[in-house]
Amino acid sequence: MDGRKMQILELLKEDARRSADLIATMIDAPADEVKQAIAEMEQDHIIVKYATVVNWSKVEDEKVTALIEVQITPERGRGFEGIAERIYLYPEVKSVYLMSGAYDLLVEVQGKTLKDVASFVSNKLSPIDAVLSTKTFFILKKYKQDGIIFEEHEDDHRLLVSP
Amino acid sequence: MIIDEKQRSAPSKRASMEEYLSPSVRAIKPSGIRRFFDLASGRKDIITLGVGEPDFVTPWHVREACVYALEMGKTQYTSNAGTPELREEIAYYLHNQFSVAYDPAKEVLVTVGGSEAIDLALRALIAPGDEILVPEPCYISYSPITSLSGGVPVGVETFAKDDFKLTAESLRAAITPKSKVLILCYPSNPTGGIMTAEDWLPIAKVVEEHDLIVISDEIYAELTYGTKHVSFAAMPGMKDRTILVSGFSKSFAMTGWRIGYACGHPELIAAMLKIHQYTVMCASNMAQVAALEALRNGMEEKNRMVESYNQRRRLVVKGFREIGLACHEPQGAFYAFPSIAGLGLTSEEFATGLLNEQKVAAVPGDVFGLGGEGHLRCSYATSVSQLTEAIERMGLYVRKLKGD
Repeated sequence: MDGRKMQILELLKEDARRSADLIATMIDAPADEVKQAIAEMEQDHIIVKYATVVNWSKVEDEKVTALIEVQITPERGRGFEGIAERIYLYPEVKSVYLMSGAYDLLVEVQGKTLKDVASFVSNKLSPIDAVLSTKTFFILKKYKQDGIIFEEHEDDHRLLVSP
Repeated sequence: MIIDEKQRSAPSKRASMEEYLSPSVRAIKPSGIRRFFDLASGRKDIITLGVGEPDFVTPWHVREACVYALEMGKTQYTSNAGTPELREEIAYYLHNQFSVAYDPAKEVLVTVGGSEAIDLALRALIAPGDEILVPEPCYISYSPITSLSGGVPVGVETFAKDDFKLTAESLRAAITPKSKVLILCYPSNPTGGIMTAEDWLPIAKVVEEHDLIVISDEIYAELTYGTKHVSFAAMPGMKDRTILVSGFSKSFAMTGWRIGYACGHPELIAAMLKIHQYTVMCASNMAQVAALEALRNGMEEKNRMVESYNQRRRLVVKGFREIGLACHEPQGAFYAFPSIAGLGLTSEEFATGLLNEQKVAAVPGDVFGLGGEGHLRCSYATSVSQLTEAIERMGLYVRKLKGD
């Protein structure tokens, strides 16, 4: 990927609401080219979505999230792809990663209650033929997600005016 | 205990405590920045472009190195000149980055911030009556420190039309038989001006001709945009005439740690060390450990910060020009120095009005000496959203002044 697109991505990653004009100024590029580059990256699904990072623990109807280690038997010819798809198509599933090590898939599941998540595992996930075993870990608190610290303590302590 | 200031009186026949003070201290005016700080502090909702330090917190790996040093009990004095490891790393770094070679054993001194290094250099060099050449507008402490040591500061004006570069012509015009030291500060606080190798050559010639010693404050050396900083000490024949002063504050976002250094001819460094050992003994031990970590493993983070300043630099320069303030292109440090000429106000009046009416704090240019009047120092080491908002508010203020 060219350096300019990388710079654009980094600035959008910090704040997705930044306009193409602002980004153009910041990286010293013509605004048209920045708009073009963003359009291209949207088309290529490099930029997948402009979503909001939410600290759900501050919202009243808080959600329960679990990380589930799943061991599976890969399918002949398709490996893990088919089973991964069968899992990630559930809306309760927030992310799925293929892992190296003692298990195969790491699945993030979100539900309204502990029971919701538990029932998803026992009724939807475990019964899949290829699934050998699951281990469920509930997330108690999110400190940092995707490079963003949720409870930022590092406020600006600088003097208002200094030499 | 409550102290009634009115009841206080001098413990003697003298009218006030002030009469006890040394005449050289009495003669120094408090810094104009301080005055403006008092004006701004305590107010709410202020966007400040007045801050002379990075908006990044020191990178965590550097802070963590200091925490570990404390756990390991590194709480003692270090050798006066600084720990051998840090001096070696500084020498390696300067050679690597700016092509100046110093012997860490005799030519490097670790100080309490770059400020101490400047103080030591001036105290080591000045005999009463010596004239010290100071290109202005410049950092506010050179002239007062010079006066404290009995020297006479002589301002050399630099101009926006030259991008605030020092020219041989104006330097020559300020030189007298009493001239001894030239203080350089490039990249410049407050103008953001820089000097390239071509810019330095004629200056080096004048320095040679008039047998001057140079104190080169290169604290912003890492913060240049588009062109790499050229150390004055790296110019042919200048190394032994130059005391190179720098530090960790600006490049590694380490202002509060107070770690700086001076490099130069062993006899000059030895003289400075003599003052240093009697006044401060040594720089903070654990802060030296942190500085070492910054030099060894901090380059990537540093580059990231520099890139971020650069992005914001482009934003403010364009923003100022769009609201009708002429602004030369600053190529170093993290300050823009737009002109407010033609609006019918002095810098001081403009800055005060801007603070009162639009709640934006910036430092009036006149506090930085000759050539500063008619300008405003705006630090862009502040978040993009704050900068955007500040420019918008300044635009309203300028429009009002113009009567639009």
